[in-house]
Amino acid sequence: MKNFIIILITVLIPIKSFALIEVDITRGNLNPLPVAVSPLSIDEESRKNFEKILKKKNIGSEISSIVENNLRVSGLFNPLNKDAFLQEPDIANLKPRFEDWNLIKAQALITGKVSYVDQKLRVEFRLWDVLAGKEMMALAFTTVPNNWRRVGHIITDKVYERLTGEKGYFDTRIIYVAEEGPKTQRVKKLAIMDQDGANNKFLTLGNELVLTPRFNPTSQMVTYLSYFRNLPRVYLLDIETGTQEVVGDFPGMTFAPRFSPDGKKIIMSFAKDGNSEIYTMDLENRIVEKITNHPSIDTSPSYSPDGKFISFNSDRSGYQQIYVMKSDGSKVKRISFGKGIYGTPVWSPRGDLIAFTKLHKGKFYIGVMRTDGSGERLLTENYYQEAPSWSPNGRVLIFYRETKTDSKGKGFSAKLWSIDLTGYNERQVTTPTDGSDPSWSSLLSN
Amino acid sequence: MKDLISCEKVSLRQRNIEQGAIMKLNKILKNGFLIILACIALSACATSKKSTGQMQGDVYTGTDTVEYLASGVPDRVFFATNESVLTTASRETLRKQAAWLRKNSKISIVLEGHADERGTREYNLALGERRANAAKDYLMTYGISSDRISVLSYGKERPVDSGSNPLAWSKNRRSVSVKAN
Repeated sequence: MKNFIIILITVLIPIKSFALIEVDITRGNLNPLPVAVSPLSIDEESRKNFEKILKKKNIGSEISSIVENNLRVSGLFNPLNKDAFLQEPDIANLKPRFEDWNLIKAQALITGKVSYVDQKLRVEFRLWDVLAGKEMMALAFTTVPNNWRRVGHIITDKVYERLTGEKGYFDTRIIYVAEEGPKTQRVKKLAIMDQDGANNKFLTLGNELVLTPRFNPTSQMVTYLSYFRNLPRVYLLDIETGTQEVVGDFPGMTFAPRFSPDGKKIIMSFAKDGNSEIYTMDLENRIVEKITNHPSIDTSPSYSPDGKFISFNSDRSGYQQIYVMKSDGSKVKRISFGKGIYGTPVWSPRGDLIAFTKLHKGKFYIGVMRTDGSGERLLTENYYQEAPSWSPNGRVLIFYRETKTDSKGKGFSAKLWSIDLTGYNERQVTTPTDGSDPSWSSLLSN
Repeated sequence: MKDLISCEKVSLRQRNIEQGAIMKLNKILKNGFLIILACIALSACATSKKSTGQMQGDVYTGTDTVEYLASGVPDRVFFATNESVLTTASRETLRKQAAWLRKNSKISIVLEGHADERGTREYNLALGERRANAAKDYLMTYGISSDRISVLSYGKERPVDSGSNPLAWSKNRRSVSVKAN
């Protein structure tokens, strides 16, 4: 796949400057930082070349609007209206007139330049601290022209990281289940898209039911459940080559798959004779290990990022609750003790929190708790929602939500939504069809 | 939401019901009363005379969605919320299925287990499997060889009723015996 062509990054100016602006992402951000994203300047010859190759009139403005949109959707930044910009893009990239940008209340400014070099796309960008009148960062990327959207995402990641102190999550993709048709006969396909909804692509045809795709945190592999030939089994899919293989071919149903943090194992449930247990399979030598041993339903396993622990849900207490155990299955401990039932625990990539779904008094919640079960915090309440998946930096959760049908059974929909860990910035993630079971990839580049 | 609920006698064993109108019921039970709650449902039932839908506790007892493997042999059994215990009616249905299977010894079946939409997807897959196996175990005690029965859970993926109300959910919590050959 073209997406995986390496993007060369050059550091333009190795001067470390001290930023005055800083964005605090640990609180709900009610005052997003005003930032001016000046359209990337482009010389006429390069513009024409890219117009021919990419069918985009001005690739400079296209890339800058990707950056602008990413920043806006993050909820932490407020990209200012370009109509108010006083300085031309090319001049601004050389030396911004900080008074002008100050006048429109911009605190940060992003400028840049696009050029066509040796049939490649070269994008240089600079981040400026308007109040301090200083350059904070300057980088250049060189890649094949088709990668232009990714350049926009990588620029956003760099800006985000420089201003918040934490890695971004923009150069990432979401795999999910695309849904269509009546509720009683849903057709489901695996689909993948960029984090911002662009480049949506269906990976299966919809001939068989597919559920719960999850990314390998270390590569672009996916594990999911397929009802191919009416045998629900865990499969592995290589997104680059399209190769699929069954990995959980046991005499029963295998489901609820997830990768271990090093990507070398798959952890999943295996149901037989009315009992679901958790197993792991080493992908290299195919050795299978049984992790739980209890006559109740044990499912939805998820590893801690260091691989030492596993969280899962079990109804061994009578109702579905969240448990944590050591990765060998020992020291099982219930951690959810609030009112209601708890499921789908997913360990944060930062290691300190577990996201979950909760059902209480007929309402569904997405929430987080510490790994010992303390500090439960509910982020959002709805008629039906479940299956949170973390952004790679552990700051945003994506999940799906279903609507209630009316008295005639109409009006059903399933949509992807995201929300910040702070509980703010709840947004629908637009997909061409209905969608469910989203899983966020790790950063494609660093 | 107008829920079509016809509640008859409710015993104190109904501890697993958590949703919708039934919540009220639980509260009343907690207060120590054993009440015949037909009154809640009367108004709703009166407005939809056509519906044959009925529930006992929250187990579906109607025949709206039921198909027949043979004359007098219903194809499905229903479950309470979050339960895989067979009711008296379910056991009767399965005994009829077992008798029919004994008569038609060349027929194999797939038991398709299902859950309602009010649970997480993966848990419901496990629950559907548990329900279908409850039916399988019962058929086996009536002499049907496990070779003739396979089990397939659909979790909440294939509801028969697309409604978002307790009656629809009760129809969807089911294990269906489907002829495999």
